[in-house]
Amino acid sequence: MEKFQTITSTYVPLPIENVDTDQIIPARFLKATTREGFGDNLFADWRYDKEGNPKADFVLNNPIYSGQVLVAGKNFGSGSSREHAAWAIGGYGFKVVVSSFFADIFRNNALNNGILPVVVSDAFLSELFASSDKNPKATVTVNLEEQTIVNNETGNSESFEINAYKKACLLKGLDDIDFLLSNKDKIEAFEQQRAYAY
Amino acid sequence: MKTLFDKIWDAHVVATVQDGPTQLYIDRHLCHEVTSPQAFAGLRARGLKVFRPERTTLTADHNIPTMGQDKPISDRISRFQVDTLAKNAEEFGLTYYGLNNPMNGIVHVIGPENGYTQPGMTIVCGDSHTSTHGAFGAIAFGIGTSEVEMVLASQCILQTRPKTMRINFEGKLNEHVSAKDMALYMISQLTTGGATGYFVEYAGEAVRNLTMEQRMTLCNLSIEMGARGGLVAPDETTFNYIKGREFAPKGEQWDKAMAYWKTLKTDEGATFDKEVTFDVSQIKPMITYGTNPGMGMPIDGTIPQLEDIDEAGKISFEKSLNYMGFAPGEKLEGKQIDYVFLGSCTNGRIEDFRLFTEYVKGKKKADNVTAWLVPGSWKVRKQIEEEGLDKILEEAGFALRQPGCSACLAMNDDKIPAGKYAVSTSNRNFEGRQGPGARTILAGPLVAAAAAVNGKITEP
Repeated sequence: MEKFQTITSTYVPLPIENVDTDQIIPARFLKATTREGFGDNLFADWRYDKEGNPKADFVLNNPIYSGQVLVAGKNFGSGSSREHAAWAIGGYGFKVVVSSFFADIFRNNALNNGILPVVVSDAFLSELFASSDKNPKATVTVNLEEQTIVNNETGNSESFEINAYKKACLLKGLDDIDFLLSNKDKIEAFEQQRAYAY
Repeated sequence: MKTLFDKIWDAHVVATVQDGPTQLYIDRHLCHEVTSPQAFAGLRARGLKVFRPERTTLTADHNIPTMGQDKPISDRISRFQVDTLAKNAEEFGLTYYGLNNPMNGIVHVIGPENGYTQPGMTIVCGDSHTSTHGAFGAIAFGIGTSEVEMVLASQCILQTRPKTMRINFEGKLNEHVSAKDMALYMISQLTTGGATGYFVEYAGEAVRNLTMEQRMTLCNLSIEMGARGGLVAPDETTFNYIKGREFAPKGEQWDKAMAYWKTLKTDEGATFDKEVTFDVSQIKPMITYGTNPGMGMPIDGTIPQLEDIDEAGKISFEKSLNYMGFAPGEKLEGKQIDYVFLGSCTNGRIEDFRLFTEYVKGKKKADNVTAWLVPGSWKVRKQIEEEGLDKILEEAGFALRQPGCSACLAMNDDKIPAGKYAVSTSNRNFEGRQGPGARTILAGPLVAAAAAVNGKITEP
């Protein structure tokens, strides 16, 4: 996994609530057996018409908006556990997703792929949408080490939560399997001593 | 004093990472073709074996046709994905129930019906509806593919301990109200993200009175309000269901298991982070009108007005109704529909088919309706045939398909066409969930049966 570094970037606003993983990547694109290529179909049914032409009214097709940060409405990533949603977001080039609330499975999947979900307050989120409305080239700075996000348009900032273990994983580019494999003796000991073993 | 959740969680803690998640031991791992290939590829890249192969079971269900399963899958990419699962099973020495295997079916149907699912277990699968297995008093939850790889490699997973919530359903259910209606009512009250961060225990008189299959339907839908899982304390209903199933404990093992299982309940006085109580006499047969499962109402209900929606949610609400072709304040009773789908891990079991069949018996399918009846497994289909339900269905103008996830998720051949209305017993009414442009109205098997016969949304 790539190490996570501080990002200052323009951002793509998506002020829709409850964006579920079927919107992020519809099921018909889940037939692949590798992790690559999902970015092309990110938000496929909002992004393309039936003939596969870009829909002008969708934000990813609006050249004014770009960047490594996606800013989305409350409860982002609900629904299916498909990690393909995280692969699609990462494959498209996003490194950070900002929302006021994330679904649990999506949040884990994002973290396991080096994508940082940043939870902000409703007020901070509204302000981000207002800033990009006024100036599509507005930027945010996301600093994982300090656990802060700054709206550079207004200068307002917030701190965000992340557990120390996951933070270290992202900063060092390590994944959970490395950790679990180093713990095998504990797993075997657990299997030996459990009170009721299935 | 501990909750049921705490007891099971604590019994599976291998280690705790400082300032981080818990390393949890997993008793049972289920896999399907869609969310596993990248995990097996990951093992291969790291040169790893499956750590405890006897704890993982594979089935093909999502990406398969529900007709002509005896022939090779015609879609080349789908065929490759299913073949990849078979190859991975062979290479890593895992049990696999492929197409035409009498044990094949939807992963959350075959787990319980074969006795893989037992009280007190930790159960995971790369599928959010793994919550289904919580019906047996297990901690069961959906995981991503990186986590599938973790379980294959180490039989463990790293998870942050969730908060606990108890939802009490008190009183007796009204006639024609099933667990699906309880769930849709609950989600409409708590919203689609209302239980995010929590693990739910379902309790109360109405839950105790549910059959195992109804409990599975209720637990299945836990994820639709954001909860990773939901569980019901095991009781005689649970034990009677499990006894004698293929992978259930036998003889002396059964007695040992029972002694343990009987300890699996929330202690009197144990506290939850949140507690909610519903009076089930308020629950009527439900439908959804929008594009998330929280947008539900009674069949005779009215879609909310725009001014009832909070400011930040207005764009989403309007987008949703626009997609569905409905207006604020509209009633849906009497609305003509085009498709009916009976099936999925939510409502694809024998009791669901019994309910549906009982209603349509002696009636005829409406001409304007295309109905897809998809048993959750070959065993369910066999049972349908043994009980003669297939004959009754046939006389009423319905045909059975072969097992699979089918029209629940539009990744196989069974897709609802754009703009068409489908009354579905599945779990998600998201935009495009049943096909690009498809409009889903979620309901229980009885409401689906009434829609199939009347050609429109009606009280069952």
